[in-house]
Amino acid sequence: MTVPGVLTILLFFAVILLITKPFGGYLYRVYTGAPTFLDRLVRPAEAAVYRLTGVDPEQEMSWSTFLLALLVFNLAGLLLLYAVLRLQGFLPLNPRHYPGLSPDLAWNTAVSFATNTNWQAYSGEASLSYLSQLALVVQQFLSPLSGIAMLLAFLRGLTRRNASTLGNFWVDITRTLLWVALPIAGVAALVLVALGSPENFLPYVHVTTLAGSHQTIAQGPVAAMTSIMQLGDNGGGFFNANAAHPYAAPNAASLLFQLVLGFSVPAALTYTFGKWVGDTRQGWAVFAAMAILFLAGTFAAYHFELAGTPALHQLGINDQLGNLEGKEVRFGPALSTLFDTSTTAVSWGSTAAANDSFTPLGSLVLLFNLLTGEVIFGSWGVGLLGMLMYAILAVFIAGLMVGRTPEYLGKKIGAYEVKMAVLTIVVPTFVILGLTALALSTRAGLAGLGNPGAHGLSEALYAYASGVGNNGSAFGGLNAATPFYTWTVGLAMLIGRYPMYIPALAMAASLARKQAVPASAGTFPTHGWLFVVLLLGMVVVVSALDVFPVLSLGPLAEQFARTAGGAP
Amino acid sequence: MSSRTRRELPFWNGPLMRRAAGDAWRKLDPRWMFHNPVMFVVETCSFLTSADAVRYLVQERYASFAFVAQIALWLWLTVFFANFAEAVAEGRGKAQAAALRGTKAQTAAKLFVNGEVRSVPSTQLRVGDVVLVEAGDVVPGDGTVVEGAAMLDESAITGESAPVLRESGGDRNAVTGGTKVLSDWIRVQITANPGETFLDRMINLIESQSRRKTPNEIALEILLAGLTLIFVVVVATVEPFAIYSGRAVGLTMLVALLVCLAPTTIGALLSAIGISGMNRLLRRNVVALSGRAIEAAGDVNVIMLDKTGTLTLGNREAESFLPLPGASEAALAEAAFLSSLSDRTPEGRSVVSLARHRYGLSAQAYSLHGATFHPFSARTRMSGVDWQGRIIRKGAVDAVAEHLVAAGGPDPGDALRRMAADISRSGGTPLAVSENDRCLGLIHLKDIVKTGLKERIASLHTAGIKTVMITGDNQLTAQAIAAEVGVDDFLAEATPEKKLDYIQQEKARGNLVAMVGDGTNDAPAMASADVAVAMNTGTQSAREAGNMIDLDSNPTKLIDIVEVGKQILITRGALTTFSVANDVAKYFAILPAMFIPIYPGLSALNIMHLTSPQSAVLAAVIFNAAIIPALIPLSLRGVRYRPAGAAAILRYNLLLYGLGGVVLPFVGIKAIDLLITALGLPGLR
Repeated sequence: MTVPGVLTILLFFAVILLITKPFGGYLYRVYTGAPTFLDRLVRPAEAAVYRLTGVDPEQEMSWSTFLLALLVFNLAGLLLLYAVLRLQGFLPLNPRHYPGLSPDLAWNTAVSFATNTNWQAYSGEASLSYLSQLALVVQQFLSPLSGIAMLLAFLRGLTRRNASTLGNFWVDITRTLLWVALPIAGVAALVLVALGSPENFLPYVHVTTLAGSHQTIAQGPVAAMTSIMQLGDNGGGFFNANAAHPYAAPNAASLLFQLVLGFSVPAALTYTFGKWVGDTRQGWAVFAAMAILFLAGTFAAYHFELAGTPALHQLGINDQLGNLEGKEVRFGPALSTLFDTSTTAVSWGSTAAANDSFTPLGSLVLLFNLLTGEVIFGSWGVGLLGMLMYAILAVFIAGLMVGRTPEYLGKKIGAYEVKMAVLTIVVPTFVILGLTALALSTRAGLAGLGNPGAHGLSEALYAYASGVGNNGSAFGGLNAATPFYTWTVGLAMLIGRYPMYIPALAMAASLARKQAVPASAGTFPTHGWLFVVLLLGMVVVVSALDVFPVLSLGPLAEQFARTAGGAP
Repeated sequence: MSSRTRRELPFWNGPLMRRAAGDAWRKLDPRWMFHNPVMFVVETCSFLTSADAVRYLVQERYASFAFVAQIALWLWLTVFFANFAEAVAEGRGKAQAAALRGTKAQTAAKLFVNGEVRSVPSTQLRVGDVVLVEAGDVVPGDGTVVEGAAMLDESAITGESAPVLRESGGDRNAVTGGTKVLSDWIRVQITANPGETFLDRMINLIESQSRRKTPNEIALEILLAGLTLIFVVVVATVEPFAIYSGRAVGLTMLVALLVCLAPTTIGALLSAIGISGMNRLLRRNVVALSGRAIEAAGDVNVIMLDKTGTLTLGNREAESFLPLPGASEAALAEAAFLSSLSDRTPEGRSVVSLARHRYGLSAQAYSLHGATFHPFSARTRMSGVDWQGRIIRKGAVDAVAEHLVAAGGPDPGDALRRMAADISRSGGTPLAVSENDRCLGLIHLKDIVKTGLKERIASLHTAGIKTVMITGDNQLTAQAIAAEVGVDDFLAEATPEKKLDYIQQEKARGNLVAMVGDGTNDAPAMASADVAVAMNTGTQSAREAGNMIDLDSNPTKLIDIVEVGKQILITRGALTTFSVANDVAKYFAILPAMFIPIYPGLSALNIMHLTSPQSAVLAAVIFNAAIIPALIPLSLRGVRYRPAGAAAILRYNLLLYGLGGVVLPFVGIKAIDLLITALGLPGLR
């Protein structure tokens, strides 16, 4: 590892650490209705939204009503987007006269953007009209809101006593949109423009290059889309090349700014969580577990990428700069690795390098980040929620060891909670492994693989892990636009999001009904290093136990075949 | 406190083990196995590998047969060991129940029918019948004494041979079927139908036929079933991945992997842990009426302890003589001594003993002929002696003051009352001593805190459990004793209503409350508490309100009960952690063995350098099976519980069972691999 590379990564993370407390405190104020500096601007808008939609902000919802509201909201977005994509040929703002998408591609894309996955089986600039791109931007604003609402419902479940309601879904998403998503994305878009990204609705530009060949340069509202795609941990870029495209990330400063945007909300929510439960140490403990997983993964991947490929080395090729295949040379291994481990951790799915070309162990880190269930910060609300599920399981197993019925933040963890937490882990494992197995044993699935052998296995595994985790980044290599993959990955995205919501909300309702046990010396401590270590152990062991066999046949087989000198 | 325990059965008890082995064999019936999802999966796997072995035999592939047959054998042993663990725990309970059943023989009862006594079999008695029980008779059923008083031998229930008094009225009116009247007679109203008596319930419980799973046990079972389900999915998808990668791994390998990954260790021992918890309490002579109550005991965070008999010895003792100004200590001591000679109460005897030891006084030194003794009575609240013109009295401060005024003397005044208040404040009780018309001073009676109790209260405090002392004493005295014992809170001048209020307040705050009770007026508070231990000497209504009964009637045992409750939970958590941690090493044994034929490079994962793929898999399976019987003693005994803060306990157990659970199987599997390689078992190419 090089000193500037390590410094870049550490410096970047120091910025995240710095903004977590103030931003998390701001979010806490927003959701508890405390005054904020934006109130004068936004309160009238909030009131107008409620008046227009007929929502009574004081109306509390039971968990089933909350879930219903969430599903209706998401389904409406999904159907609307599907309609726009199918009908874009007949709709305005289509200067290049692109026809409507095929049903499977439209389904895949609509599901992808409704679930905050933003898996892109289509190529943005080569198949979507400006209106379709704008519809995608709208979904990029809306889809993260549900995640926050879920988290807030869960936090209310943790802190309320003898209660039967979990808040109001419409209020949660309206506040998030007006106080968080719109203002920050707006400012961030301006910053991105200042850093060199275009923002226009101009026709594509045709140029003759110095070499004399013709090139079409895509234009469009790039800054706006990039801003919300990173802030909302969406990852659906304007361009197919995503952040590696010079318009999406014109320079390292822009790239780092986008990284900070992506981390901002998930990191800040850990502090909000601490405030919410009345003990910020609880939030920092979760933050620490996430940070350790993130940094360990990033440095490991960076190390493997710098170590390069032994096969090239043996051929006498100078690989002192590391594995540069598939990396954007403007950013080099450190930034590229940082960006792509971040993308798999924070679940925004935008990439700055071709993951397909990572060294096997480098890609192992990316896969592992995905397979934890996207709990290393993760996307808005959902990442923290997933981590809290791990925390509940950790508390249950280890909590018995202190000789009391396990409790988390004063709430007893009973059979019902364990059942729901287990469900949130069983279902994704089942879907990821099941669909990967299906892809690797059917002709349609095998036809889409870009490589044979261990690498092909990694490609398919990555696609479903990314789908279930609602990450949206692609390993590359895989032909994701075939009907087999558009349908199955679409299914993975749906199952990855909604069936996870139901047990989490049901658990929140069960927790809300409970009385809280006051803390004492006999209470299992869930702050401090012991708990951080326990939580880390839980995430690593549970995830690793599930996926060790498949990873052995994928990246590990590839790695050891390389070092052994054989073909993978 | 040392409490008498029943004789502990040695772990290797021959007949018990043989019976358990037979039971374990019978439990292989899949219909029975179905109640334990983890072991049911293992049994299914055993069937599958056995069928696979037969297939190889038919195909005459003897090397493969030898390997698969050995795997099948060890899988069957895994199931057998799990059943054996449960059977051993049940067997130990049954052995204890058998002793009780001996007393349950049918007896003849003397039933009153229209005022006449008629002899009927005890099985025909119904609730409300009144029977006569005379010396030499066995009490025919549970009931309440409605008339008379008798000495009973309750050793059949309590194991304690000293006779106890049972009489009508008051808090000692409950009798238990199967106990024996030694002298006198009593009339008993039957309070339980045959088959529902205390003894019946105890036998049922101990035989664990009616043992229902506790909430934590159910939650843990769900987790284990969930983990098993995940591993079924993981293992089932290995085969398509392997086929894609070039070569199927085969049924036996997959099954071995599944069984090793599934949490078989805790799955096998879970029910044994629960059963043995009840047995451990029974050895301490406590019968829990449900497993749920034992578990709740581990969760308790407030313990209400009666002062008298629990925290302090029942009787107060004289500690010092405090003369008033103008009187000498020796004169006070002598007066106190003489006035207490006729006082047969423990307090009176302690005054005599203090005077004898500290001032060398003895009754022989006085010619007490002609003395008139006034023994202590509740009416006068004094005792004393009239001797050689000296009128000496000793008693409650206001009683003595009244006596002096009546005798024409001066009121002892403020000095005496101030001294008396000082004694109260220090947790003692003052007694005044007077001679003729003059008050000489005070005797300081002190509550004696049971030895070793302060340490136990302190350890409860460390474990985050709040202790509350309940006493009828006034606020000042209660405060002083509370401070001396080290309890966190106290309830002075306690009445049944105050107790109930206190419990409900604590429960509203989310705390779980444990208490001990014996009297009828304790019943409402007991019914409200989460853990209520009834004393066996208590009334029927107290026994019914409690969810545990202490046969020794030793209220200090509540602390033991809490510790046993915690121990059960800790044992479950520790073995679960251990079981899951084991999986790491098993992966490193089995995965390379499975995949080396596909990718030879993966031999890099064989970090234990196991001899061959076959020996690696067999070693992992053998380790997985053998760890179960190895841990049976631990699950029956329970993990050691040291009272400490949760963080300290967690750190210790996490290190021992978490880290230990990761490391031990690496060592164990390697050792077994070396052993089976050296033995040259067939089929391990």
